[in-house]
Order: sequence, then C-alpha cells, then structure tokens
Amino acid sequence: MIRLPLVLFFSAVLFSTGVYGVLARRNGVLVLMSIELMLNAVNVNLVAFSQYVRDIGGQVFALFVIAVAAAEVGIGLAIVILIFRNRESINVDEVSLLKW
Amino acid sequence: MNPTIDYHAILPELILSGTLVVVLVVDVFLRPPRKWLAMPLSFAGVLAAFVATLTLIGADRTTFGGSYHVDPFAVLFKVFFLSVAMIVLFLSLRYFREGRYYQGEYYFLLLSSVLGCVMMPSSRDLLMLFISLELVSAPAFLIAAFRKNDPRSNEAGLKFFLIGVLSSAVMLYGMSLIYGVTGSTNLYEIGKALAGHLGGQETLALAAILFVVTGFAFKVSAFPFQFWAPDTYEGAPVPVTAFLASASKAAGFTGLLQLMFVAFIHQAAFWGPVFAAFSIFTMSIGNLVALQQRQAVRLLAYSSIAQAGYMLLPFALAGHGVDKEAFAAAVTYILIYAIMNLGAFAVVVAVSRKSSALLIADFAGLMRNAPLLALAMTIFMVSLAGVPPTAGFWGKFFVFRAGIDAGGIGIALAVVMVVNSVISLFYYLAIPRQMILVEGPEEPMRSPALVTFVAALAAAAVIAVFVYPDLIAHFPPLSTLVGS
Repeated sequence: MIRLPLVLFFSAVLFSTGVYGVLARRNGVLVLMSIELMLNAVNVNLVAFSQYVRDIGGQVFALFVIAVAAAEVGIGLAIVILIFRNRESINVDEVSLLKW
Repeated sequence: MNPTIDYHAILPELILSGTLVVVLVVDVFLRPPRKWLAMPLSFAGVLAAFVATLTLIGADRTTFGGSYHVDPFAVLFKVFFLSVAMIVLFLSLRYFREGRYYQGEYYFLLLSSVLGCVMMPSSRDLLMLFISLELVSAPAFLIAAFRKNDPRSNEAGLKFFLIGVLSSAVMLYGMSLIYGVTGSTNLYEIGKALAGHLGGQETLALAAILFVVTGFAFKVSAFPFQFWAPDTYEGAPVPVTAFLASASKAAGFTGLLQLMFVAFIHQAAFWGPVFAAFSIFTMSIGNLVALQQRQAVRLLAYSSIAQAGYMLLPFALAGHGVDKEAFAAAVTYILIYAIMNLGAFAVVVAVSRKSSALLIADFAGLMRNAPLLALAMTIFMVSLAGVPPTAGFWGKFFVFRAGIDAGGIGIALAVVMVVNSVISLFYYLAIPRQMILVEGPEEPMRSPALVTFVAALAAAAVIAVFVYPDLIAHFPPLSTLVGS
C-alpha cells in the first residue's frame, strides 16, 4: 500500500512539469503533451483520493477526464495542423499577428 | 440500484442534442448552394428547446442522483442562453453563406456549444460543471478558427485553445483537491463539508479553491488572465465573437456563481478579497487599454474585459451579509450586459460587410448611410457605459447599491466602479462620434434584414428595461440558490 502523501507529491511534480512544459516549450505538439501531463496529474489525484475516501465517484471522474482529454487533443492537433499548413511551422511563438 | 431519469427536466438538452445530430446528417445530403438550410433547421431545434424550457418555468426538479437541478435559477439562464443562440444564428446566416464556409459543421459546433451553455446552470456537481464547461469551450475553439485560410483566425483558435485547455487543467487540479478534502463532488455536499471542521486540511481546501478560481478567471477573462481575449475576439469570425463575448462568458459566470455561492460560501472571507482584486484590476486594465484601440472588435473585446470586472465585483461582497443582493446584482448585470453586447456585435456584423478591417474610422458617416443601425449602436454604446436612459444604468446601479450596502471594502469597490464608468465613456462615445459627426463616403449601406432586426430588437430591449426595470430586476426566485 502506497501512502497518500507520496502519491500526492508525485502528482504535484507531474502537474508542475506540465506547467513548466506549457510555459517553456515552443513546439505546438510538445505544448499539447505538457497539457496532457497536467491532466494526468489530475487523474492520479482523483484515483488516489477515491481510494482514500472509499468513494467510487473519483474514479468515474477520472474516466471522464481521460475521455475529454482525448477529445481536446483531437481538437488541438486539428488546429496545429491547420497552422502548419498555412505557415509551415508549428512554433507557437511565431503565431503573433495580433497584438495590442 | 437503477437510477431513474427525469426526462422532462432534461427535455431541452435532449432536443438540442437531437437537433445537432440531425443538422450534421442533413448537411451531408444538401448540395452546396443549399447548405445554408442548416441554419433554419438549427433555428427550429433551438426554438423547440426554448418552448420545452418554458414548460419548466417554476419547476424544481432533480435528476442524475442530485447532480442536475432544474430550478428557477437554471430555467432563467436556459431561456437566456437559448435566446442568445437564436440571435447568433440570425447573425451567422449571411456571414457564413457569403463566405462559403463549412456551414453544416459550423451550425453543428455552435449548437454543441449552446448545449454546454444550457447544461451549465443546472450542473450542481463538479463533474457536471467540468463536462458543461468543456462542451461550451471545445466546439468554440474550432469555430474561432473557422476561417481556415486566414492566419489571423488560425491564431485566434490556437490562442483560445491553449488558454482554454490550460485553464481547464488548472481548474481540474483544484477540483481533484476539493474532492480529496470533502470526499464528494456534489456542490451542496461540498458546501456542507467545508462548513464543518476540516481537521487540519483548511490550507489544502483554500489552495484548491484558489486553483478552481484561477481556472474560471481564464474563462471569464479576468486580469491577469485576460490577454487571450482581444486576440481571439479580433481573429474569430464576427458572429462567433458575438457568441464568445456573450453566451460563453455568461456560461463561465453561471458556473462561477454556483461554485462560489453554493459550494465555497463558507470560505468567503478568504476568496472575497481575491475577487475584489480581480475586479479592480480587470475593470481598470480593460478600460485603460480600450482607450487606445483603433479597431472596433478589439475595442469591444477590451470593453468586455472591463465589463467582466463589474460582474466580478458582487463576488467580492459575499460574506458581508448582502449575499442575496450581491447574487441578484451579478445575475442582473450578466443578463443586461449580454443583451447590449450582442446588439453592438450585430451592428459590427453589418458593418463588416463593407470593410473587413473594422476600424473605428470605418463607422464614419453611418448615421447618414444607415440611420437605424447608427441609432441602435449609439444606444448600445451609451448603455455599455452605464448612462441613462438605458438598461446598462440599472445593471451598474444594482451592483453599486450592493457595494454600498455591504459597507467596508464594498464602498471602495463601488467608488472604483464609478470612476471606471466615467473613463469608459471616452472610448464608448468614440464610435457614436465617428458615426454622427465625421463625414464618411456617401453610399447607402445594405444590411441583411435579420441583422437589422436583431439590432433593433436589442435596442428596444435596452430601452424597455430602463423604463421598466422590473422586467429583469425582480426575479424573486433568483436567490433561491443563496441561503443568507
């Protein structure tokens, strides 16, 4: 049996890694993957708490998060491909036509 | 256990779900010149859902194990979201037909987003709230990027998507922590659990609330999470911007209202000041940056950020003994704001047929070329600034009164709001000035009948609400959510 604080610490590290990735990465696909890391940290949390409070709700929630995350990545990839077609690049920093 | 589902309570949602599938299927069989027929079809579906919602007035039903409530608060917002949907459909017809976009797909995505909006005010469970919020935003990412060959529209979609997904992740992390602290995802259960003894987990609970609030602050474009809004609004097709700035934003606020006033109300002493800071900075930054705008949609985008600041103000008053009044003020402001903002965007849609750059200078001479539109636009601008004789005045008045009644920080907030309203007059009146005083090229402007109709209707509503504020100000059931 793994103790709860350990799991929470793991998920916090996972979440922070994801946040760092979103802020530091320039490649559109890598940003998407970092967001996936953050969502998976949420899943780890939900399942751990579900076990801890003896309630199945958290695991159901995690299932929904997985499904929605898949849908979101589908949309994200569609938009990234659209941008790649128009500009031949997926560097998110170069997408900056609109300012102030 | 076999849970029973109250099908009458979810009838509007069922009709909408059915319609959006039908729209997508019918679109396949329509030949290109007839693709626009998807719009009347969608309209029929939304109208049917609207009628179904009207049958639920006064109802108080619960289904899906207590996670879905249909009470007066929910019905009020459902009626509102469906009306907004009809107006946006009117605005979309010509725009998407003339632009030769993928019309069937557009109406499908728009209806999906509306479905999310309609589910939002009924969601009394973290899971339901999350699903509704995703259903509002996910199709919106795509329709924001709908002008596929325009890099500006692509950029609008990308920025909206990245910020939207990032904010959901932050919000979800907070939700998972709340679940851990309280052991439940039901908002009422969470409220009960957070009212009791937390046994050393207070800090965790407060951190979780902060995460959730941050996630929602992105959605409603509160400072310092507002930077995506102007870019997305400018790049997206104008009818989509109208939808984002009114329905999508209002959906974020309904979710926030339920979370804050039902689940987290006992921690108000903690999050009240957070909202006070959000409110002050959001309205000030929005107004100050709006002063420098030359482009009409960007001006309206910053104006909508500033307006979000006024809507956040009542949240800061929670826990000062005026919960009911603050809640009612927030709801009233959201409704009034959406009417006047939609009207303003209707006029912008009409002008966008003449000039796609939509500079404020392009409004020159509109008073002579299209007097009705110019008059309506003047009414909306005056109303957004909160000057009588318009509905915007009452919206601001109720928020202001709640602030004064709360005392303490509320008075300070009310004063900041009045100062901001005065500043906002400068840029709101820039468009009427251009339309009336500046000579423009003399060419009669032909605006689609539906768009003119929407603008006239919204203008009439703005005036009517001023003359007879009881229309919107005294929904007694509004405060059933708040037990103060």
